[in-house]
Amino acid sequence: MPGGWMARIIGLRILTAIPLILLVSFIIFALESLVPGNPAETILGQNATPQNVAALDRQLGLNKSLFAGFWTWLEGVIHGHLGTSIISGESVSSLLNGRLGVTLSLVLLSVLVSAIIGTLLGFISARRGGLLGRLLDVISLTGLALPSFWLGTVLVVTFAVKLKLLPASGYETIAQSPSGWLQHLILPVAALSLAGIALVAKQARDSILGALEADYIAMLRGNGMREREIMFKHVLRNAAMPIVTVLGVVAIGTLGGTVFVESVFVLPGLGSQATQSTVDHDLPVILGIGLYFTVIVVIINLLVDIAYGLLNPRARTT
Amino acid sequence: MSVAAPTAPQDGTDSAGGSVAGRPKSITRTVLTSKRGVLSLAFLVLIFLACVLAGLITSGGPDAQSFLVVNKGPSLNHLLGTDELGRDLLTRILYGGRASLIGVAEAVGALLIISVPLGVTAGYLGGRTDKVITRVADLIMSIPVIIILLAVLAIFGHSMTTAMIAFGVLGSAGVTRVIRSAALAARSEAYIDAARVIGVSQRDIIFRHMLPQCRGVIVVQTALFAAIALGVQTGLTYLSLGPAPPAPTWGGMVADAVSQFYVAPWELVPSGAVIALTVIAFGVLGDVVRDAIAETHSGGAAVARRRRRHQPPPVVPAADTEPLLTATDLNVSVAAGTREETTLIQGIALSVLPGESLGIVGESGSGKTIAMKALAGLLPRGTAITNGSIRFQAAELSSGDESVYRKFRGRGIAIVTQEPMRALDPSYRVGKLLTDLVHSIDRCGRREARARAIELLRRVQILDPEDVAQRYPHEISGGMAQRVAVAMALAGRPQLLIADEPTTALDVTVQAEILDLLRQLQRETGMALILVSHDLGVVAEICSRVCVMYAGEIVEMAPSADLFAKPMHPYTRALISASPRSREERGPLSTIPGTVPAPRDWPVGCHFAGRCEFTTPACTAAAVELRSVSPTDMARCVRSEELFAASRSVPTNEVAS
Amino acid sequence: MSEALLTVDSLVVEYPLPRGRAHRAVDNVSFSVSSGQTVGLVGESGSGKSTIARAIVGLAPVTAGAVTLSQEAAAERKRSVQMVFQDPYSSLDPTKTVGYSVSEPLRVHRGRELGTKEIQARTAEMLEAVGLSASAASLYPAQFSGGQRQRIAIARALIAEPELVICDEALSALDLSVQAQIINLLVQLRETRGISYLFISHDLRVVEMLCDEVVVLYRGRVTEMGAATSVHARPQHPYTRGLVAAVPEIDPAQRAASRADRERLRRPVSPAVALGESCQYSHRCVFAGDECLQSRPALRTVDSGALVACHRTEEVARQLDDDPEIQTQAMTPRA
Repeated sequence: MPGGWMARIIGLRILTAIPLILLVSFIIFALESLVPGNPAETILGQNATPQNVAALDRQLGLNKSLFAGFWTWLEGVIHGHLGTSIISGESVSSLLNGRLGVTLSLVLLSVLVSAIIGTLLGFISARRGGLLGRLLDVISLTGLALPSFWLGTVLVVTFAVKLKLLPASGYETIAQSPSGWLQHLILPVAALSLAGIALVAKQARDSILGALEADYIAMLRGNGMREREIMFKHVLRNAAMPIVTVLGVVAIGTLGGTVFVESVFVLPGLGSQATQSTVDHDLPVILGIGLYFTVIVVIINLLVDIAYGLLNPRARTT
Repeated sequence: MSVAAPTAPQDGTDSAGGSVAGRPKSITRTVLTSKRGVLSLAFLVLIFLACVLAGLITSGGPDAQSFLVVNKGPSLNHLLGTDELGRDLLTRILYGGRASLIGVAEAVGALLIISVPLGVTAGYLGGRTDKVITRVADLIMSIPVIIILLAVLAIFGHSMTTAMIAFGVLGSAGVTRVIRSAALAARSEAYIDAARVIGVSQRDIIFRHMLPQCRGVIVVQTALFAAIALGVQTGLTYLSLGPAPPAPTWGGMVADAVSQFYVAPWELVPSGAVIALTVIAFGVLGDVVRDAIAETHSGGAAVARRRRRHQPPPVVPAADTEPLLTATDLNVSVAAGTREETTLIQGIALSVLPGESLGIVGESGSGKTIAMKALAGLLPRGTAITNGSIRFQAAELSSGDESVYRKFRGRGIAIVTQEPMRALDPSYRVGKLLTDLVHSIDRCGRREARARAIELLRRVQILDPEDVAQRYPHEISGGMAQRVAVAMALAGRPQLLIADEPTTALDVTVQAEILDLLRQLQRETGMALILVSHDLGVVAEICSRVCVMYAGEIVEMAPSADLFAKPMHPYTRALISASPRSREERGPLSTIPGTVPAPRDWPVGCHFAGRCEFTTPACTAAAVELRSVSPTDMARCVRSEELFAASRSVPTNEVAS
Repeated sequence: MSEALLTVDSLVVEYPLPRGRAHRAVDNVSFSVSSGQTVGLVGESGSGKSTIARAIVGLAPVTAGAVTLSQEAAAERKRSVQMVFQDPYSSLDPTKTVGYSVSEPLRVHRGRELGTKEIQARTAEMLEAVGLSASAASLYPAQFSGGQRQRIAIARALIAEPELVICDEALSALDLSVQAQIINLLVQLRETRGISYLFISHDLRVVEMLCDEVVVLYRGRVTEMGAATSVHARPQHPYTRGLVAAVPEIDPAQRAASRADRERLRRPVSPAVALGESCQYSHRCVFAGDECLQSRPALRTVDSGALVACHRTEEVARQLDDDPEIQTQAMTPRA
């Protein structure tokens, strides 16, 4: 049965998603219970108006025991209610749904850019080596070392403010204007994907060089297969597995990076909301974002698993 | 009986000198002997000391404002300039660094406390404990860490300490897995089994034998994690989720600088640079240690370009039949053109006639595999032909031009590698692999290629080729895989097959089957064969002519029957005498004292002189040539005729003492 | 003969597989090693020979059956049985000096009574006994060649004066000339110290040289056992015959004989079937009949004096040994 393994992988990932979501939200609840005194008042600090304290207590059951409170919240989630924002009173799910598109666009484009440019650079430096290889080392080192928020700032200042080529901040949906969407995302994606490009390029070079030295490549070359075919059908295919692994890591890292980059570019996504809600101590929203992020991570892992299965027949059986 | 002289220990201490060869370098040593390691370590120490001693180095404190010098560039008074309130940037960086470094230390501390014991325990105990620990670690690795950190900051009133400890705790899952893999690898080493057999206590096994083995990995992971932790710490302070202003932080300084960009763009540089450099220093430190670990596993060689030094001398024709392949005066070196250049094989001269089978036999260190790879045009990176020529029919192959080889690959020269399970691309079904190869060589239609692929499988005596064609390489046995590899080699109908230890990885009964198969195929197709092996018996089974290699040179070459019946080189004789033999001829086996010299230690004269029982001053005076010592036999020995011309016996009965 | 030093009785070793199944690596194997004797276990990969060794020293689980030592040896089990492993590169801890590794058994078992000085002296003495210099103690394994490391491993195995040393493919990673050195060393140590060996190898020639008795294994079961010389010279089981005939020979006459034997024993390769109550060799055996597929042959004594697990030994002997052509070609002392 050709597709059987894929159904099994999907099923398995969905099964692990449930304990994962429980774990993430439970950790946040457990942290709350560690706060001394009246948790709601302490957490809200200067935002602690009586209404806010009451709202937080009601939604998260902070005045009840840890498990009872957790259950209160969980019951809501099961029924599709993620609660309401303490600050704006808006429903968390509608607040976040409106922002999900931005973050997904950002992550998707960044991972795509990391994958394409990274693999290309790795491929070129594996074939040419020498000076180019060392140049790549330097680029990847700085790419990894420069914080994305710093890089983002420099990009904004150079391309948006000085050269006025691209918008410095804000967002348009792809439905409103595809070109506007792309223009608003170019700089954030650049800031976000540099580290990913560096990681992918390094891995691509290493695994292509490793595959080139494999016995089965020597067998194909030594027995007369054409170079082009060896490169594309055998070297790249076998080098792809570790690249996919790194891409999974890059995708999850990029998701975390949106918190910083969305703030720099004032993009109305989940990341900038997370920052704002942290400043506001708006816990229901943070819990909601945790839920959304967890689901995205599960999907990323699922895609990586499926890619493994497609690339490597042995991965299908285990 | 002759017990081997313990040469290497003495050699080891003598030749080793400063950089003790083979002694496991401690990690500090590794770091301190590498330029990158020293630089990054020095930078980290410098930053650490400067931050700790910030009060002594700078004056006025981080919040001292001076409205006279607002937003100024670097000057003597303010080495890195000042910010919008006239505060000295250097002072603020040093004070801000305290918070960053403390944050990193908190995260790393939490990381190590959790991941080292858990990782080592999981790797050592295995079984259910391992399963539980890895499952939980997998789960935690999927947690979106940043959200938890934000939640911590929201709940605990922007307490960086709690956030960084939380980061260490969550990060420990990934590191636990890495340490667990390292421990598992160490666990599967035979010396851990040995310690258990001896009766060493579990505690001693873990602390004395396993932890030292995992140490390198732990250092690497710690350094890389520190780099990430610094990124997170500065990121959070950039978002002003950390200590409230005016407390100096590196991330906060970037944020301040952003607001002043139009007035003073310079301000972005100091804070950005210090963050980047510190992250780089941690990252490089990790890389240096990781490379050092990898090197001790592979003894990696420096990479050098393929290059040639001399023009090939003209080929000597003159044989009755035109040889198919001729190598003349072939040298191969590693790291050619650098100071490290070492010759691996030298003066290799041999030829193969059409339909002939030539065996190349030698122990490890003889250079037989390098010789085979040079002939097949498949030298590994870093090695290159530095002298001599290889001719296939009329074409010169050793020019370094890949395209010449490409013309003959498959159709002229085919190869079979040593390890059958690694010879087939694991991603493709056997049938698809063969079909693609046939298609690539014959440029025929898909269906035709498939039919030929099945025919090739039948050719190598696979009973049910259609069934085997449907399988992936991991679904067939080693013997079957080697048959498939032979089928791949036959795809181009080659005139010469070069096989590198094709049966070494196989069981003895399967070995016999493959050798019988090769012999039969040779008979049917008339292709020539070069077979490389360490096993005299294997070579005797299949080869009509044999050349014996020792320490990078051919020491004897003769028709198989003559060579085994009446070897003319002392090394060949010693090798034959060392073969296990029937109990009827009791008494100790004759042995060769000492070990094969490494390429760097080859003597001027005969390479075997140091271990030979017949050595005279003439042997070590000058290089010894390979020459005819009997009508059929060539040997590289000055005393062949004198010593062995008279003897007629197979020397299994002699016992050297 | 006195009480056996080691008795392996109906040993079964199983490893769990996914979905509750089990892989039976060793299936009902019995043999014994007397004091001073050397017994060889021969077989190909998957024959279970190394698993037996590991079960004896407690590195593999004993699912059923028993491994018993003589009373004296059992009193100090961990000291009495030592092991030399196949790979001399991984059997020594690279981060410890040779002296540390070699003296470890002494420290563990007799550390209190001996003291550091005495342990050092004995380590030096032991290193010299295996043909190394005493100064080797302060060096690291990486500074030695494969053969020298195997000497170090032997020194470690012998230092606590064990009664039985198990050599698990201890020669197969070594070059021919080095292998001869180690064979000689093992023989010499056996003569001077009176130890017993359980010698595990895939190489029938080496086993024949070193061992008194030999046990031939195939797919976890015993196919043939008996005096080493007789099993080598007059193999009875079709598998053992194939094994002997597969050894590549330098001598032209023996080579021709082996090749002829192989021709007679060859059967087109078909995939191995699950072992049930059939003979473990039936899928590869030219002589296999219905009974071989239906019932598992018991070990029984045949004319050569060996124990053979084959339903059709006599039939096989008639077909192969009575052939005059082979009689004349064989170089073995069977005429």
